[in-house]
Amino acid sequence: MMAKEITVLSGKGGTGKTSVTASLAVLSKKTVLTDCDVDAPDLHLLLKPEVLETQEFKASRVAVIDEELCVQCGKCEEHCRFGAIEKLIIDPILCEGCGVCAYICPVAAIELEKRVSGYAFISKTKYGPMSHALLNPGEENSGKLVTLVRQNAKKVAEKENCELIINDGPPGIGCPVIASVGGVYMGLIVVEPTLSGIHDMERALGLLNHFKIPSFVCVNKYDLNEENTSRIVEFCGSNGVEVVGKIPFDPIVTEAMVAGKPIVEYSPESRVSKAIAELWKQTLKHL
Amino acid sequence: MIITVASGKGGTGKTTVAVNMALSLENVQLLDCDVEEPNSHILLQPKINEAEPVYSKVPVVSEELCDYCGKCSKFCAYNALFVAPKTVMVFPELCHSCGGCALVCPKNAITEKERQIGVIKKGEARGVEIVYGELNVGEAMAVPLIRAVKNQMKSNKSIVIDAPPGTACSLVASVHKTDYCILVTEPTPFGLHDLKITVQVLKDLGIPMGVIINRAGLGDKKVYEYCEKESIPLLMEIPFSKKIAELYSRGVPFVAEMPEWKDKFLEILDNIKR
Repeated sequence: MMAKEITVLSGKGGTGKTSVTASLAVLSKKTVLTDCDVDAPDLHLLLKPEVLETQEFKASRVAVIDEELCVQCGKCEEHCRFGAIEKLIIDPILCEGCGVCAYICPVAAIELEKRVSGYAFISKTKYGPMSHALLNPGEENSGKLVTLVRQNAKKVAEKENCELIINDGPPGIGCPVIASVGGVYMGLIVVEPTLSGIHDMERALGLLNHFKIPSFVCVNKYDLNEENTSRIVEFCGSNGVEVVGKIPFDPIVTEAMVAGKPIVEYSPESRVSKAIAELWKQTLKHL
Repeated sequence: MIITVASGKGGTGKTTVAVNMALSLENVQLLDCDVEEPNSHILLQPKINEAEPVYSKVPVVSEELCDYCGKCSKFCAYNALFVAPKTVMVFPELCHSCGGCALVCPKNAITEKERQIGVIKKGEARGVEIVYGELNVGEAMAVPLIRAVKNQMKSNKSIVIDAPPGTACSLVASVHKTDYCILVTEPTPFGLHDLKITVQVLKDLGIPMGVIINRAGLGDKKVYEYCEKESIPLLMEIPFSKKIAELYSRGVPFVAEMPEWKDKFLEILDNIKR
């Protein structure tokens, strides 16, 4: 049986995706956890994985000029669309590895070198297997690395007979988010009751809709602004999106984070933990 | 002076800092480079004077001229073209607009057309000029739109850039060629972890930086210890306060209600200039 995938996303950053995901990791059984936020991953700080396997991620290339062969004709600079060549020096940060400069160079002085853009890890945690990664600082191709993380998770799920994969998604709605939600069974949006949170949730819902992925919403810190929470519930209601949970604000979540533990484990009797347990119960009905 | 406000971790208060700082300065332009989820305009409520579509170039293959040799798809580093025996498929959202396919095509069968990826909006509120980008939903690549927002930069103004979260290419595009970067973090393990990665990006880029700790009083002291050890100046602490959080939730920049903070932002700028 193919494992079902849930992606936790938010649009806006810092709404509590990782805190929620870590708690779901504790509550769910036979689950592979992934961290699809490959350029600022935090889930490992709570799940404390023991890395079993490390893979080099070589997706990008960077152009290198051989100064001895270069005749300084300037054609490479003229054709580079990324502004990465200035006075015949290639800026590896701006270079997107397209290969146009190497193609256009009349004396074959430019080569493309593969570079390691990051690492993917397969790990075990006390809550189940985990697939995660780390993109090198400033790199591109985060979407491709997310795809690798999800492929690894699927392999592990098959091997370990897991029925579920929970993906902790990145913020935004661009490339790595698209790679995190493509083809998943459901998207769970964690929203905070602020005007920015609502604005970004609407765009995240738009993205899930665009890819025809069933969406569910959970309001985090709902009591910080109950008026905005009502607006979220109303908006979801009129768009046919179920609100599966409302989590209260409590500084104990930060305490749990400092202790390096998922909140439902750190303080199982807290209001927050009970709300997350209820959220999970409601979510399970749709799986 | 061009100052970028960045963070690594999302939701630490970049937009809060960028907007409140812009409101504290004179003759200022605010560029919101978080084109996936722009929020500055929600706090600033500008009157929008102008909206411009932004395009990126994608290939168009002439089926008449094409002989399906496959050189374009072999060349494309982004898998944006697929050549079958009797057809060519283009995947525009994967295309980086490098122009390589048109160059390598031996039959000159490839031309480029413009495809809209988003829009930039320009407006003004409370003496602040704002430019922000909105990436179309479903569009993967933010960088061309970020560049379009930055192209609107006016050289006679102080510039504040609100950067997207993360530490990948969108951050690099936003912070590229800026004079100084303010990193907004929160005193938690997540805040610290992502701050460290962002500091590495800025060091690689050679951009000077300082830190603002938001929600000070929550969490622990490790961010402070880290900044001290790395000699990164602590520019400001914004306390964890229900009032500030509540103002934010309603979309009100806190300097509007707590004007004493304007001087603190001006002080930061003086410190940076020194």
